[in-house]
Amino acid sequence: MDGEEDTSNPMMEANGTGGVDEAPLSSTSTRKNRPIISGEPLDIEAYAGLYTGRTKIKRLIFIASRCDNPAMQLEALRMAYDEIKKGENTQLYREVVQKIEGRLGPNYEMDAAWCSTIERKDEQRKEKLESELNAYRTNLIKESIRMGYNDFGDFYYAHGALGDAFKSYIRTRDYCTTSKHIIQMCLNAILVSIEMVQFSNVTSYVSRAELTPEALDPPTVAKLCCASGLAHLEAKKYKLAARKFLEVGPELGNSYSEVIAPQDVATYGGLCALASFDRTELKNKVIDNINFRDFLELVPEVRELINDFYSSHYASCLEYLGNLKPNLMLDIHLYNHVETLYDQIRNKALIQYTLPFVSVDMRMMADAFKTSVSGLEKELEALITDNQIQARIDSHNKILYARHADQRNATFQRVLQTGNEFDQDVRAMLLRANLLKRDCNLKASRKV
Amino acid sequence: MEGLVTQIQGLSGTDSDVLSLQNLLKQADDSLHAESTRLLPFLDQLDPAKHSLGYLYFLEAFTAGPVTNEHASSSVLMIARFISSCVAEQIRLAPDKFISVCKRFKDQVLLLEEPLRGVAPMLTAIRKLQSSSEHLTALHPEFLLLCLLSKCYKTGLSILEEDIFEVDQPRDLFLFCYYGGMISIGHKRFRKALELLHNVVTAPMPTINAIAVEAFKKYILVSLIHNGQFPTNLPKYASSVAQRNLKNLCQPYIELANSYSNGKIADLETYVEANKDKFESDNNLGLVKQAVSSMYKRNIQRLTQTYLTLSLQDIANRVQLNSPKEAEMHVLQMIKDGEIYATINQKDGMVRFLEDPEQYKTCEMIERIDSSIQRLMTVSKKLNVMDELMSCDPLYLAKAGRERQRFDFDDFDNVPQRYNI
Repeated sequence: MDGEEDTSNPMMEANGTGGVDEAPLSSTSTRKNRPIISGEPLDIEAYAGLYTGRTKIKRLIFIASRCDNPAMQLEALRMAYDEIKKGENTQLYREVVQKIEGRLGPNYEMDAAWCSTIERKDEQRKEKLESELNAYRTNLIKESIRMGYNDFGDFYYAHGALGDAFKSYIRTRDYCTTSKHIIQMCLNAILVSIEMVQFSNVTSYVSRAELTPEALDPPTVAKLCCASGLAHLEAKKYKLAARKFLEVGPELGNSYSEVIAPQDVATYGGLCALASFDRTELKNKVIDNINFRDFLELVPEVRELINDFYSSHYASCLEYLGNLKPNLMLDIHLYNHVETLYDQIRNKALIQYTLPFVSVDMRMMADAFKTSVSGLEKELEALITDNQIQARIDSHNKILYARHADQRNATFQRVLQTGNEFDQDVRAMLLRANLLKRDCNLKASRKV
Repeated sequence: MEGLVTQIQGLSGTDSDVLSLQNLLKQADDSLHAESTRLLPFLDQLDPAKHSLGYLYFLEAFTAGPVTNEHASSSVLMIARFISSCVAEQIRLAPDKFISVCKRFKDQVLLLEEPLRGVAPMLTAIRKLQSSSEHLTALHPEFLLLCLLSKCYKTGLSILEEDIFEVDQPRDLFLFCYYGGMISIGHKRFRKALELLHNVVTAPMPTINAIAVEAFKKYILVSLIHNGQFPTNLPKYASSVAQRNLKNLCQPYIELANSYSNGKIADLETYVEANKDKFESDNNLGLVKQAVSSMYKRNIQRLTQTYLTLSLQDIANRVQLNSPKEAEMHVLQMIKDGEIYATINQKDGMVRFLEDPEQYKTCEMIERIDSSIQRLMTVSKKLNVMDELMSCDPLYLAKAGRERQRFDFDDFDNVPQRYNI
C-alpha cells in the first residue's frame, strides 16, 4: 500500500487533498506502526506529522532542497505550503512559492491577497501590542510587562523575525518573578536560538534553566536534555551529545515536537553513542538502558545496528548504516555530521575486529566488511599510522599481525636518548654561560 | 743582540729566571722587530727546547716581515721544528706571540699549497698552548681549516670529541664550530654537526655576523637530514639578534624546509631545481641533494612501522620512486647504512622488514649506559659548581639585589652594595 503512494501522488496533488482520507483506516494504523525513519524512502507525510510549528516547515523545505526525487520534492513543498498558510509567516510563504515554481497547479500559486491581508493584520497587531506594552510599562505592573514582552516575542516568532523574537523573550528576564517564569523564558530563548542555529545561546540558557531545579518537571527536564544534546551535536562533541540524548526520559513524548521528535532522540543518541563510546559504556548506557529502549523501539533499524555492532556482526551493521544514510542526509540537524559519524563507526568496527586476534587473514576480514582486500589494506594502513591499531601488515601473504611494542627496548632507547640530550644541553649551557660571563667581565673591567 | 742571546741562554733555567727573562725580552721586543732580517744566525745559537721563550721572541720578530716563496718552505720547517720541541710552560707566558707565529705558519703552508704539512704541527701547537682540554684557543679554528683543506678529516674529528667550556674570543668559537660542523658533515656524523652548528646559532652575539648566517644555512639542512624536520623557532636562549635576523637572511633555506615538511618529493625537487644557483653559490648544493634523498629514506622508514612485508613495486608507488629497481637500490643502501633492518627477497620482489635486533642485554650495552651515567654525573657536578660560583659573584648579587622587591623598610639594609675596589 505504502509503496504505491509515490506513484499515486500526482493524482493527489491535483485534488489538493492528501491521500490520507481516502485510504482505509487499516493503512493509517499500519502506517503508525511502521517506523518512520528507516532504510526505505522517507514517508514525508508521516515524517512531517512528527513535528509542529516552524520546525515542520523548515524541515520540509530542507527535504525539498536536498532530495533528488522530484515527486518527494513536490510533496514536501506542498505540505510546507499548507502548513505556512495556517500561520502568518509571509516571508517563508514567498520562499516556498518561489520554490514550487507553479509545478503544483493553480492552488499553490502566490496568493498575493492572502499576503497583504496578513501583513495588514501584522501592522494592526503590532500597534496594539506596542500600546498595551507601553500602558503596562507606565503602570509598572511586572507581570503584565512580562506577558507583554512574551506576546511580542510570540508575535515576532510567528512572523519569522527571529532576532527580534529573541530580544523580546530576553527582555522578560527582568520581570520574571517566579522560577516558572524563568523556565518559560529559557525555553522560549532556546527555541528561538535553535531556529537561528545559534547553539552557544542554547547551552547558556539550558544551564540557566537548570539552576532552578525546583520548578523543573520531568517533561521540561527532558526538553532541556534534548536541547543541550542538539547543541553538543552541532559542536561536534559527539560523546557529550550521546550522553545527553541517552538521559532523555520517556516523559518527553511528543511534548517537544516544535523542536525534536522522539525518533530523532533515538537516532542521534544511538549513532553518536556508537561513534564515540567504548564497549562498556555502550553496553551500560545504551543496550541496558531501559528508558532508551523505548526510544529505540521507534527506530528499530538503529536498535538492530547497535546490537549488531556489539555482537560483532559488522557486515549487517554496516548494511543498516548504508540503508539509513539517504534518509539521514535529509535531516536538518544531522546531515553534515553523517559522514564523520559513519567514518568513526567504521573505524571503530575495524579496530574492534582486530583487537582479539594475534593474526588476522585479511581476505576474511574483507569479506566481513564487504570490501576489497586492497581497499581494506589502505584503511588499515591509515589506522596503523594513526596508532589506533597496534599491528603490522604482511602485504605478501595478506595477513595482519598484532604487534605489541616492546616496552623494555623502548625504555632503553629513550633512556639513552635522554642521556644524550641532557649531556648536549648542559654542555651547551655551560659554554654559553662562560661566554656571557666573559662578556660581563669585559664590560665590568671596561667600566672600572 | 749578542747580549740578549747570552741572557736568554743564561736565564732559561728556573722559573723565576724565566720570568725576569720575560721582562727583558718585552723591553727588547721593539729592537728585535727593527732588526728582523738579521735574526737568522742568532736563531741557530738558541735551542728551541731549552730556550723556548727567547726563541719564540726571536722567531716572532723574524717572521714578522713579508715572506717569499723560497723562504716560505725553510721557515715552515723551522717553525714546525720549534713547535714540536718547545716547552709548553715557557711559551704559555707569551701566548699572543705564539699564536701569531702559528698563524703565520698556517699562511705560509697555504701559500705553498701543502696544507697537509701543517696539520700535525698545528695539533701539537694546540696541545701545548691549551691550559686544559676544555680550553679553546685561537689555534683551534686554524687547525680545523687546515684539516678541511687537506681533507684530513679524522684528525679533525679527534679534536671535536673534546668538550669545550672556556673560550678566549667568541669569534674563535664561531669559526671552530662552523668548521667542526663541516668536518662532521663530511664524515656523515650528523648528530655531532647538528650540535656544533646549534652552538654557533644560539651563542650570545651582540650583532649578527656572517659566520652565524652561513652556519644557520647548514644547520637547517643538517636538521632536515638528521631529524626530518626543522624547528621553526630558535630556542629562547638564542640571542635576540639571531632570532630576529637569521631567518630573513636565509629565506631560500627556510622555504626548502617548509617544502620538505609538506612531504611531497616532486615539489621539493622542483624547488631545488629552481633555486640551484643560490644553493651552489653558498657551496651547499651537495648538502641540499642529501636532504632530498633523506626524504625518500624517511618515507621508507615510515613504511617499516606499518608493514611486515611489502613488494618493491608497492614501495616504489608509496614513496613516489620511478621503478622497483630504484626502490631496491634505496632499500639496499639503507640496509647497508644501518638505517633500517630488512631483507630483500629478489625472487618474489618482496622486502621483509625486521625488528631492531638490539636487545640491550649485552655487556657492551651495560658499559655504554654506565659510562653515560658517569659522564652525566660529572657534567651535573660542573653545573652545580658553576651555579654556586655565580651566586657568590658580587656583580650578580648587586644586580639581583637592586631588582629585588622591597616590602619593608628593613629590606633596604640587606641589599648588598657595590664594593669600591
